[in-house]
Amino acid sequence: MTPKFRALMGACATAALATAAGAETITIATVNNGDMIRMQKLADAFTEANPDIELEWVTLEENVLRQRVTQDVATSGGQFDVMTIGTYEVPIWGKQGWLVPLDDLPESYDVDDLLPAIRGGLTVDGSLYAVPFYGESSMVMYRKDLMEEAGLEMPDAPSWDFIKEAAAAMTDKEAEQYGICLRGKAGWGENMAFLSAMANSYGARWFDEEWNPQFDGEAWKAALTDYLELMNEYGPPGASSNGFNENLALFQQGKCGMWIDATVAASFVTNPTDSTVAEDVGFALAPDKGLGKRGNWLWAWSLAVPAGTDAEASAKKFVEWATSKEYTELVAETEGWANVPPGTRTSLYENPEYQKVPFAQMTLESINAADPTNPTVDPVPYTGVQFVAIPEFQAIGTAVGQQFSAALAGQVSAEEALSRAQALTEREMKRAGYIK
Amino acid sequence: MARAVTPRRKAFNTLAAWIVGVLVFFPILWIVILSFKTEGDAIKTPLAVLSAPWTMESYAVVQERSDYFRHFWNSVVISLGSTVIGLVIAVPSAWAMAFVPGRRTKDVLMWMLSTKMLPPVGVLLPIYLICQSLGLLDTKIALVVILMLINLPIMIWMLYTYFKEIPRDILEAARMDGASLKEEVLYVLLPMAVPGIASTLLLNIILAWNESFWTLNLTAAKAAPLTAFIASYSSPEGLFYAKLSAASTMAIAPILIMGWFSQKQLVRGLTFGAVK
Repeated sequence: MTPKFRALMGACATAALATAAGAETITIATVNNGDMIRMQKLADAFTEANPDIELEWVTLEENVLRQRVTQDVATSGGQFDVMTIGTYEVPIWGKQGWLVPLDDLPESYDVDDLLPAIRGGLTVDGSLYAVPFYGESSMVMYRKDLMEEAGLEMPDAPSWDFIKEAAAAMTDKEAEQYGICLRGKAGWGENMAFLSAMANSYGARWFDEEWNPQFDGEAWKAALTDYLELMNEYGPPGASSNGFNENLALFQQGKCGMWIDATVAASFVTNPTDSTVAEDVGFALAPDKGLGKRGNWLWAWSLAVPAGTDAEASAKKFVEWATSKEYTELVAETEGWANVPPGTRTSLYENPEYQKVPFAQMTLESINAADPTNPTVDPVPYTGVQFVAIPEFQAIGTAVGQQFSAALAGQVSAEEALSRAQALTEREMKRAGYIK
Repeated sequence: MARAVTPRRKAFNTLAAWIVGVLVFFPILWIVILSFKTEGDAIKTPLAVLSAPWTMESYAVVQERSDYFRHFWNSVVISLGSTVIGLVIAVPSAWAMAFVPGRRTKDVLMWMLSTKMLPPVGVLLPIYLICQSLGLLDTKIALVVILMLINLPIMIWMLYTYFKEIPRDILEAARMDGASLKEEVLYVLLPMAVPGIASTLLLNIILAWNESFWTLNLTAAKAAPLTAFIASYSSPEGLFYAKLSAASTMAIAPILIMGWFSQKQLVRGLTFGAVK
């Protein structure tokens, strides 16, 4: 080995060691959806600007992710430096001190630009504990052609009575044409997301101000009865096992006249590559019952930094980048405005380019129509539109969802499902010490 | 004497076996078919799916997005490691139980099996905390040890059953010829139990390869095997059936091929001692 070659080898080894020692790796736990995958693809822009930070991704299915990150944050496992969490977790985890407060974001981040409804859901006692990556509400997606054939016109803000009328007019079961597709699969984030939001518009609530369950009230009965009637008369068969994806497939194949679900679905159903009805989709606000609340929810997938991470500064730098205006512009530049993560910033909806996206305005109006701090007609002791931000809700919500799904499958009556929901919620709330 | 089988009965049996075989294999076949379709075609009705054009698009996307070989290598290390270490412990244990049983051997065997009756989630938190305090979260070592312990009762039971079929007299004869314990096990017992050991090995590799509860809960980025690779393509908001199918096909292909080549050995081992 010549001295020159030896020196070269030595220099290479030193450089390699220096690179390895200098770069800090942050592990990001995320969900598998279009916007998050796009972020992974574009993350090179971040690592190029920050060569001292390396990114490692852990992509998991939503329920698995929720379990994994909860386990990690509760035991200070330290496996993740950035976590993708929902609006349900943020207030609970923030109160527990499990998340790093993000109150020191730089001025250039323009925190006041975040949509107030979304920001409110991520704030605990005045501190911001997560920054929104994308926000969503729910709205009515409908087939303009079928609506026209039925001789009806969808108002921008329909009522539940109109939805029922339109569903009846658009249903042709023999042609496998169903007036309405709604979630039926049991789960607090599945059928209960839809039904809780729907019940809010009927004047129902999960609990009164003393934390007493309210399923024995008339409002819940009216909401559940109408839901069952809509689905049994005008919905697709086997709806009790339909979630977002099943309804998306039905709608894209032209089998649903209307579909009330997450606003993020708008970009899927209007994408001509996958949707056979892309040209004929219209949007409207979620229905109401004239009581001042609409049946739409509010959700944001947000990025948070767990307390106890040993890469806090780098993790903060990353969440700032991924939720910044610059990132939005980067997506628009590479993937087009329709693929920009929606529902987080006011400036996005003021952008004339984004205003050209067909569902942009309705998404914004839907988000603004939801108020997580005051979600129901009558006052409640909790926050959250389609969920109750208490740790016990996941279990209770899913158990109640199973009762309502059973009612949809025809295994129990609406009254029986409600009385079982009342009994089980009462039992769990007593056990948790909310009521005596 | 073999029972006479009429041609009609033989044809019926063959047909029935084919129907059962196709039914069992159909979900896998359907996954493979979907993996060669676009996302838009994958959600169509079965007939429309079959007539839609074939494409490698999903495989290309999966390759681009994920580090398949890292997950694959982790799966290989975890499944082989846990099985080999398990065998090293299981062979002497099964030998002792089969040839030198004590009064409580049956109870010990039953107790070992009873650990399989506990739902894994019941011990998730203690095991998670132990791994965390030992700094073993997201490491292959943790998974090798845990999967080895989980599969050990099955290994011991299987080997115990095979060893019981081997005539004790042969081992005694070896001993009388002056064979030491090590020689008796290595040169007499093991060669006779090769089919049993091979099937135990293969079955446990398959079990460890497919294990998803612990592999998903104890890994993050570094030690994640192919089960985590599949899970990363499942999505509650978005139709990614074709990509999920492509990822599943890539994850099950190695173990399927291994099973295909070793099926004779596997069946021989599993039916070993069934007819005496």
